[in-house]
Amino acid sequence: MGIRTFIEGWPVYRQLTGTDPLGRGAAAQSERSAELTARTETADRVARSVCPYCAVGCGQRVYVQDGRVTQIEGDWDSPISRGRLCPKGAASKSLVTSPLRQTKVRYRRPYGTEWEDLDLDVALDMIADRVLAAREQTWEDVDDEGRPLNRTLGISSLGGATLDNEENYLIKKLFTAMGALQIENQARI
Amino acid sequence: MAEAHPVGFQWVMEAKRRGAKVFHVDPRFTRTSALADTYLPIRAGTDIALLGGVVRYILENELDFREYVLAYTNAATIVSDQFVDTEDGDGIFSGFKPETGTYDQTSWQYAGQENGGGAEDTEEARETAAGLRHESHGSPIPGVVRRDETLQHPNCVYQILKRHYARYTPEMVERVCGIPQEKFLELARAWTENSGRERTGVLIYSVGWTQHSVGVQYIRTGAIIQSLLGNIGRPGGGVLALRGHASIQGSTDIPTLFNLLPGYLPMPHHATHPTFDAWASSIRHPGQKGYWGHARAYCASLLKAYWGDKATPENDFCYGYMPRLTGDHGTYQQVLNMIDGKVKGYFLLGQNPAVGSAHGRAQRLGMANLDWLVVRDLFMIESATFWKNAPEVATGEIVPEQCRTEVFFLPAASHVEKEGTFTQTQRLLQWREKAVEPPGDCRSELWFFYHLGRKLREKLAGSDKPRDRALLDLAWDYPTEGPLAEPSAEAVLREINGFEVATGRPLGGFTEARDDGSTAMGCWIYSGVYADGVNQAARRKPRHEQNWVAGEWGWAWPANRRTLYNRASADREGRPWSERKKYVWWDEEKGEWTGYDVPDFEKTKPPSYRPAPGTSGPEGIAGDDAFVMQGDGKAWLYAPTGVVDGPMPTHYEPAESPLRNPLYRQQANPTRKVYPHPVNSVNPSPPEEHSQVFPYVFTVSRLTEHHTAGGMSRTVPPLAELQPEMFVEVSPELAAEAGLTHLGWAHLVSGRAVIEAKVLVTDRLTPLRVEDRIIHQVWLPYHFGFEGLVTGDSANDLFGITLDPNVLIQESKVGTCDVRPGRRPTGAALRELVEDYRRRAGITPERHAPVVTPADGEGAR
Repeated sequence: MGIRTFIEGWPVYRQLTGTDPLGRGAAAQSERSAELTARTETADRVARSVCPYCAVGCGQRVYVQDGRVTQIEGDWDSPISRGRLCPKGAASKSLVTSPLRQTKVRYRRPYGTEWEDLDLDVALDMIADRVLAAREQTWEDVDDEGRPLNRTLGISSLGGATLDNEENYLIKKLFTAMGALQIENQARI
Repeated sequence: MAEAHPVGFQWVMEAKRRGAKVFHVDPRFTRTSALADTYLPIRAGTDIALLGGVVRYILENELDFREYVLAYTNAATIVSDQFVDTEDGDGIFSGFKPETGTYDQTSWQYAGQENGGGAEDTEEARETAAGLRHESHGSPIPGVVRRDETLQHPNCVYQILKRHYARYTPEMVERVCGIPQEKFLELARAWTENSGRERTGVLIYSVGWTQHSVGVQYIRTGAIIQSLLGNIGRPGGGVLALRGHASIQGSTDIPTLFNLLPGYLPMPHHATHPTFDAWASSIRHPGQKGYWGHARAYCASLLKAYWGDKATPENDFCYGYMPRLTGDHGTYQQVLNMIDGKVKGYFLLGQNPAVGSAHGRAQRLGMANLDWLVVRDLFMIESATFWKNAPEVATGEIVPEQCRTEVFFLPAASHVEKEGTFTQTQRLLQWREKAVEPPGDCRSELWFFYHLGRKLREKLAGSDKPRDRALLDLAWDYPTEGPLAEPSAEAVLREINGFEVATGRPLGGFTEARDDGSTAMGCWIYSGVYADGVNQAARRKPRHEQNWVAGEWGWAWPANRRTLYNRASADREGRPWSERKKYVWWDEEKGEWTGYDVPDFEKTKPPSYRPAPGTSGPEGIAGDDAFVMQGDGKAWLYAPTGVVDGPMPTHYEPAESPLRNPLYRQQANPTRKVYPHPVNSVNPSPPEEHSQVFPYVFTVSRLTEHHTAGGMSRTVPPLAELQPEMFVEVSPELAAEAGLTHLGWAHLVSGRAVIEAKVLVTDRLTPLRVEDRIIHQVWLPYHFGFEGLVTGDSANDLFGITLDPNVLIQESKVGTCDVRPGRRPTGAALRELVEDYRRRAGITPERHAPVVTPADGEGAR
């Protein structure tokens, strides 16, 4: 390292001679931080998304590298949020990459004391069988005056309000066709 | 707002920077209070008394925006002389039926319309939460009404309103709410001074307002003030609901609710909707004016979207397949039915009732008494592990080896692992792009329900049972894509938007819906979101490249309107009320409505248009009827129908209160929905005996760092670290009274449960002087449960189940309790403590709190 480089590497020198007299920006930058590149710059792609917490609807930009989410930032184009996120929205990368997330189907048999593994397709098949059985056991064709009921009160559902509109649409459509009308949502709560 | 909707709050700060005065009303001093000009602490559950005081202040001082009020509200309309107010009925309106606890609305009608068909059966309306239907359209009313434009007729709405609130004086506000008179007057003065031609004021509430036994009436009171002051349909005005979940607005628009179909169409009722015609006519109200006229087309097009080619005009579009309501099938009724063994299976889809619903113990006991439970979530939440980790396992009420519930936990895809739309709080749909594939077995709800439907249909193939036709004939052929066979969300959005059956052409809006089977439309109010075959919700034109209304960012229902009823931003003649508050106006030269937003009015209907007498449908709406979805085209200061607990909001005490109602003999809402069930109970309130067993008021709300039942925050390391513990905030005065120590433990007891929390002694809570008594309130966050990175007792366990009669939402913002120092007992001793309190309070499975307060009850005045 030459003497000149040494002196120029001294923050006070840069503060006095450069464009950052208060020493809160470029003058104070270390060599290491100068060499860093933001994950947002190296991302393979960016998805335009929306924060999943409250209903303000802040815009999010989801940065992806090698098929993994590497960063989530506020969308500065959004007229709603102007790029800002609150502590929860700012933590959404931690949400979607949380080590606590469950990624395998878990099954607890009746009277069981522990979880067991179960194949997703098997689980779906077992659930379909149980839906049909509950329907058979509790079906009501007509009321006591012979008016149609076409329903089961043996099946319930309660959904959260972070479901997409398209999802809610299919859920309501399928349950209605099943005759299962006890379907509810956080919107009631 | 600064706590739970921080990014939305930036706009309040912008307004403040431009000179707006900000008032914050809350039982607890929060970050919002810190940034407001004036903070008003309030006794939880008394907002109608406060807002009613503002109504009185406006009317007594004639501070209403008179031109607006005469033009756009029903202030001048004459009401039936059969109507008797709560002032003359000691807290009960005319038409009350004590045997059902509901009203006959006949006497509430406008004069001359007592038998005009406007009155609804409020018993059925309550059981089916009919109030929710009015989210997309107002209530029916015959179009022709008698009016007195001088507002002097003793039975005109203006005078009735004035008499109704005459006793809601500043002194009364202080007595009921605990708000000092000078602070109340500061609020009333600022609100009225900042309304009118040149200025507008906005009312913002968080949806904790809905969680009261008079929740709908809270919001009604706000709407009355805003209508009197001319603050509806105008920029900087309105009543803004801060909804708490990413797509909770969407969850009612395209409901997963028992009583609604998409677009607020009612789920058929077995008695009132036996046929397609009866169902469609009950929505359309033939002969009435307003935008009701086309409802038959929305009904037919929905069924066409459901049953495709099988739905024809000849078979009433398969209406016969629809399941029918017989009463209340809401979530709380369901849970009680689970405890009673009537429900076999339960789906939980991103929802955690073991923590998030009122009366957590009832929730968990219900789940422990099912044949099977499907939990779909990102994390292992309390509602999935109740069988081994619930508090009831510790008390011996749930024994894993004896609990038969079969539990399927299916991991869900996160918001970045699927595409689709959220509808945020301003009715704005925003499309999300998929960033990555979901890991492992994680799948979207779209995947789960599409493939579940496919399996069900495969298993039923060949069935000749009539009950299976609805599933087998269902239009269920969505294209799938990618390695996981994910159904196309865009195809579903296209069906929601609607299309022409013959050509598949996406419809441009709901006016293109037909009742002849030529159109299919999954949700009429969302029609237009896929106009021209373009996903309008995916629009992202940067804010700097468009006007401040930003109409090209996402898509808002209906018809991409950002402010509803914006015809009211212009005067009767269609001119802006002022240059400053210009928004939508009539362009005389072009002969059309124009402005910054999509006009909420027929584009070429001039302000001078007057319908011929007797004209029905949209043609019956005059050129100055700004409230086009109302049967009379007016904003309602007085609601002759549509609200089951009264045409005007009235202060009732919460179902649990330490105080006697200072205004009326009737203590609590006489129409509130109660559930007499052994597991449910209500703590006694005056004039009943033993209310002093639970002397303190508790309320709950959110922390900035946590979300609802904690499933998306107590599982996320940075958020868990920021708020790691369950705590209770108490005032220094209460800490001294109850012997609580800062950072020590306390436990809180209600008739349902006992929970413990760390004590935070803070002057954010103030003892209130109410009726010459000191009322102590405590505050709790409701996010905690027994799973996740950080755990704690659940505040919702303290609540019982009492619901608002209009929408069947529970009262979970106010209750009574006792507060004691130290930790709660564990094991069997825990239930013994609760039982001891119940004995002292006279709570038994047979005891039901009187819904109608007895005439000569103890303590009655």
